[in-house]
Amino acid sequence: MADSVISIRGLRKRYGDFEAVRGIDLEVRAGEVFAFLGPNGAGKTTTVEILEGYRDRSGGEVEVLGEDPQHGGRAWRERIGIVLQSCRLDPYLTVRESLGLYAGYYREPRPVDEVIALVGLEGKADARARGLSGGQQRRLDVGMALVGDPELLFLDEPTTGFDPQARRQAWDVIAGLRDLGKTIFLTTHYMDEAQRLADRVTIISRGEVVASGTPDDLGDRESLPTTISYRLGGEEVSVETTTPVADLHALTARALERGEDLDGLEVTRPNLEDVYLSLTAEDAETGA
Amino acid sequence: MSGAALFLHQFRYDQKAFWRNPASVFFTVMFPVVLLLIFATVFGGQTVDVRGGIKTTAYYVPAIITLAVISATMQSLAMSLVIAREDGRLKRGRGTPMPAWVFIAGRVGNSAVVALLMLVLVAAIGRLLYGVAIPWDRLPQIVVTLLIGAAAFCCLGIALTAAIPSQDAAAPIVNALLLPLYFLSGVFIPDDQLPSGVIHFADLFPIRHFFEAFFDVYDPGSAGAALQWGDLAIVAIWGVAGLLLAIRFFRWTPRGG
Repeated sequence: MADSVISIRGLRKRYGDFEAVRGIDLEVRAGEVFAFLGPNGAGKTTTVEILEGYRDRSGGEVEVLGEDPQHGGRAWRERIGIVLQSCRLDPYLTVRESLGLYAGYYREPRPVDEVIALVGLEGKADARARGLSGGQQRRLDVGMALVGDPELLFLDEPTTGFDPQARRQAWDVIAGLRDLGKTIFLTTHYMDEAQRLADRVTIISRGEVVASGTPDDLGDRESLPTTISYRLGGEEVSVETTTPVADLHALTARALERGEDLDGLEVTRPNLEDVYLSLTAEDAETGA
Repeated sequence: MSGAALFLHQFRYDQKAFWRNPASVFFTVMFPVVLLLIFATVFGGQTVDVRGGIKTTAYYVPAIITLAVISATMQSLAMSLVIAREDGRLKRGRGTPMPAWVFIAGRVGNSAVVALLMLVLVAAIGRLLYGVAIPWDRLPQIVVTLLIGAAAFCCLGIALTAAIPSQDAAAPIVNALLLPLYFLSGVFIPDDQLPSGVIHFADLFPIRHFFEAFFDVYDPGSAGAALQWGDLAIVAIWGVAGLLLAIRFFRWTPRGG
C-alpha cells in the first residue's frame, strides 16, 4: 500500500518461554490516528517498542516509514517522534530550554515557540519542568517529540493517571496534531480516549489481535442488542432487544395507559468499553 | 551539525542543569570546600610527618583537590547517569537522531570543567586562607595529572552505573565505595598516621595512586618532583578497565519498573 506508514506482518516476540506477541498483523495509513488498545500485559508496549526501534523482534516483518526499525538510522529517526509511557524530564530545565535541547538534535526542527503554542504551554515557557503539573509535563514531553517535526508520532499511554481536565487538554493537543497531517500511533487502555481521537482501532489481548475497525463499528457493535432499563414498583428491570424502537413504544404506551411512572428510564447502546471488555474478558479472568 | 557542535550543544544544557541542581552543587562544589575548612581548623598548626614534616594545611590542600576531582567525575557522573536512566531520559534521548555518545560526552565534559574549577577554587582558598603556595612552575604537570585522573574516574563512574539498580541506591553505593577509600588512602587522615598494612591495601585501588601522583606534583616541598608515571599508569589501567566494563554493561533503559 503506497500510503502505508506502518506495516506489520506476523510479528512475534518471545522472552524466554513466554511469547508476548503472537503473530500480529496491522497497517497504519498516512495521516490517521491509530489507537492500539489492550489490557496491561497484552503486548502493547512490546509492539510499540519494536516499531520505535528499541527492541528486536523474534519473527515477522515490520516496516515503519519504509524501513525496518531494527536498522533505522539517523535519517529515519529524524522522521519519527516518540513519547514514552513514562519519562521524567530534566527538572531543572525550563519548557523553552527542554525544547531547545531537543531541537538541537534535529536537522530541521520546528521553531520552539511554535511547539510551545502547539502543546498549549505559552504561559509556562520559562517555568522549569519541576514546577509543572503532571499534565503540563506530559504536554512538554509531547512537545519534545514534536520539535523535530516528525511525520509519525508514537504516544504510549499519553494520559494515564490524568485528571479529567488534563486529559481533555491532552486530547485537544492530539486532535490538533491530526490536523497538521501527522500520523499518530496511540496506545491506551481508555476506551473514551480511542472513541474520541482514533480513526481506527485495533484491540489486542494476550499478544494477538482480537478486533480491528473504526471506533463505531468495532466488534460488530451495530448488531449488538440495545438495553432498556427502568424501575417499576421499586424493582429494577432490564431488557435487551434488537428492536428498541418498537419495544420502547410498547413499554411507554403501557405505562401511560396504567398511569405508572418508569423511574430512571434509560436506553443504552453497547459502547466501546463493553465491546472491549467482552473481547478481553479472558485476560481479566486470568489477571494478566 | 558536526560532532563538536553536537557535543557543545549537549554540554551547554548539561551545564545549566548541573548548576541549577542544589544537590549537585552542594556535594560537588561546596562539600570539598567545607571539608578543607574543617580539617584546616581542627588540625591547623600541626605538622604532618611526610617529606621531613610539612604543615597540615599543605597536606590537605592537594588531598581535598584529589577528593574534589573524584567527586566531580566518578561520583557526579554515576549519580546523574543513574538518575537520567531511571527517569527514562537516556532511553528517550536514544529515540532521537542524536548519536548515543553525545549524551555521555556532554556529561563527561561537564565533569572535566567542574574538576578544573575545583582545582582553581581549592588551590585559591589554600593560598588565601592558609598560605599554601600554588606551584605555578608545575602547572603543566598538575593539569596533566588531573586530566588523567579525571578521565579514569569518569570511566569508573560510568561503569559503576551498571551496578546501581535504582536512584535511591545511587548515593549509598557510591559513598560506600568512596568514603572508606578516602580514609584508607590518606585523603582524610595523613599517611603518617596510617599503618603500613592499610596503605598496602589502599594501593590496590586507584584513589591512593591518584592522590600520590597529585600530591607529588602539587606539594612545593618535594623539589624536582615530576609526573609520577608509575602511579598514573595504575590510575589509567583502572580507567581502561572501567571503560571496557562500561562499554559492556552500560544500559540506557530504566532498570526499575
